[in-house]
Amino acid sequence: MSIKETEELILNMGPQHPSMHGLFRMVVHLEGETITKLEPKIGYLHRGMEKLAESRTYAQFIPYTDRLDYLASPHNNWAYVQTVEKLMGVEIPERAEYLRVIFGELARIASHQVMIASTALDMAGWSAWSYAFRDRERICDMYEMTAGSRLTVNIMRIGGMSAEPPEEFWPALKSFLDDTPEMLEEYYGIFFGNEIALGRLKNVGILSKEMAENLSITGPVLRASGVNYDVRKAEPYSIYDRFDFKVPVRTGCDSYDRTIIRMDEIVESIKIIKQAVRDIPEGPVMAKVPKVIKPPAGEVYHRVENPKGELGFYIVSDGTTKPSRVRIRPATFINLQMLPIVALGWKIQDVVAIFATLDAVLGEVDK
Amino acid sequence: METLNNLFLIIADAIRSLFADPHSVWANLTMDVINFIIVVVIVVLAALILILLERKIAGWTSQRPGPNRLGPRGWFQTIADALKLMGKEDVTPAGADKFIFKIAPMIIFCLPMMTLAVIPYGRKMAPINLDLGIFYFVAISSISTLAFVMAGWGSNNKYSLLGGMRAVAQMVSYEIPLLFSLLGVVMITQSFNLGVIVEAQASIPFVILQPLAFVIFIIAGLAELNRAPFDLVEADQEVVAGPFTEYTGLRWGLFFLGEYGNMTALSALAATVFLGGWQGPAILPGYVWFFMKVGVIIFFMMWVRWTFPRIRIDHLMHLAWKVLLPLSILNILLTGLGIYIYRFVMGG
Repeated sequence: MSIKETEELILNMGPQHPSMHGLFRMVVHLEGETITKLEPKIGYLHRGMEKLAESRTYAQFIPYTDRLDYLASPHNNWAYVQTVEKLMGVEIPERAEYLRVIFGELARIASHQVMIASTALDMAGWSAWSYAFRDRERICDMYEMTAGSRLTVNIMRIGGMSAEPPEEFWPALKSFLDDTPEMLEEYYGIFFGNEIALGRLKNVGILSKEMAENLSITGPVLRASGVNYDVRKAEPYSIYDRFDFKVPVRTGCDSYDRTIIRMDEIVESIKIIKQAVRDIPEGPVMAKVPKVIKPPAGEVYHRVENPKGELGFYIVSDGTTKPSRVRIRPATFINLQMLPIVALGWKIQDVVAIFATLDAVLGEVDK
Repeated sequence: METLNNLFLIIADAIRSLFADPHSVWANLTMDVINFIIVVVIVVLAALILILLERKIAGWTSQRPGPNRLGPRGWFQTIADALKLMGKEDVTPAGADKFIFKIAPMIIFCLPMMTLAVIPYGRKMAPINLDLGIFYFVAISSISTLAFVMAGWGSNNKYSLLGGMRAVAQMVSYEIPLLFSLLGVVMITQSFNLGVIVEAQASIPFVILQPLAFVIFIIAGLAELNRAPFDLVEADQEVVAGPFTEYTGLRWGLFFLGEYGNMTALSALAATVFLGGWQGPAILPGYVWFFMKVGVIIFFMMWVRWTFPRIRIDHLMHLAWKVLLPLSILNILLTGLGIYIYRFVMGG
């Protein structure tokens, strides 16, 4: 009697697939439902950001940075404008720094809420998804009050902020901060406390500490693998050295810790915003910068802690109004490198969950 | 009250009395045709109502209004959706096994009509009074596995194939605890006849005598129906829509109708076997009690679906073989012991 050879099934997931965030595509080789090989294919959203920057003035490029990690657009603005300010040597007003921290941390909360929501949704937790999105909506409202738009806010300028937040912003912020503990309690109740969700996440997709360091993973994914590294603490930029906050670190290395660490980070962000609201001084929100921005010739690299990891901008200036070269170090593009390694041996289902916990935003991966 | 309770029986007798001999072949045939039409109407109406109800419950659990544009509070939404589905292009993939591809949705749509035909909707109101009612019900409803595999294989699509594979693994595993959980009731009543089982629950519904069996039945039933958290077969985040991926228009609509029909049928079985079917305080007619009980079970299923995430595939198998199956065997053992002790005490 002869045993029939089983055939390897090659499945093409994406770019149009319900669980792929944005236009990500992965080719999975299956043995039954177990993954034997995974090839990520990216580039479907490539817009040539870095090249586009070369034909735009420094200020004109700010809206493009919104489209990198579009779930945390103020943070991308922040990384870019700070890089240019570093190149020009501009000091920005105190109030603008505080406002930047407030919006940056709001963006972190919004981004983490989307991450929790989409991780739940990738496991068919529909209600958990809408709970998190319901709360994120309030952050979008606050963006809208100040900047006029809700997603790609374009809120920062070289030298400060685009606008002073209106009167109604502060009560909205306060009520949001007050409601957060209850909000997080609800996420625990509907998603993290669920036995099925825990079964899906715990001990799945182990990314060891060594592996995370070797792949130069950053952000919550790295911290969930037990490495205490956060740019806000390691190399404090803006005014982060003035705030009292902890960097949440977890040592589970699995999908569960990669998800739950975002909840811890939301708590820390709330702390930072509360301190910033308490200490914010009066004053202008924009420094006196020349109308035509013409940084001196030279090069600069600056990095910030984006909600998803380390976001860096490298700018080479030749002394004209346009950058000679811009290079972006995206967080999730580099975090994505772990997927083909970690996914091996897991089922399709688990890979969907692992991919969700990476919180990849394809706008940033493909640039 | 008595008239209202027996309303449908009186109508049936009136129709029969139109014939010269009320029990002739022709009279029986007419009644069979009428019964069949009633079951079809129940399936289609149930699907129409349940689809809207599901979306309303989804809205309720996730704090949004749900469909609310068409008609009063959106109640006409399903009708509009059904009309839209009818207008869609009927696509058969080039590589599909055409016969199998086309016949699969029809099979799935037939099953709830066949199973709902043996359910007693009220006193003496079973369209077909079958002595092997439970046996027939479970045997027929397990054909749906075949339909899923046919759809999965016939579509010639990898996602469909994976979905079909999952369907076999899952439904075959959960059939066993499902059937075993019903055995306790059969042992007590000494009958497979659903009418007899309902009559036996005049004083006490079997959910109180067999709580473990009821829980096992609901869990295994959810898995058997491919409802969340066991909807691995059509898990859209993993296998797009499983076996239904390639279906369009009314063929897809038939799957949908079949899904809700099967849900109604299984809830009807649960209400009949465990919740006392049409038995209830005489303030309402029996059939109203019956449909209320079915409604409660369906509501529970929808509530679970929109709250729970999807279970992991290996946990699914663990649950079936390592938890539900031993528990259901234990339940049979306990029931047997209980019956033995009862007889011993009663001196039987």
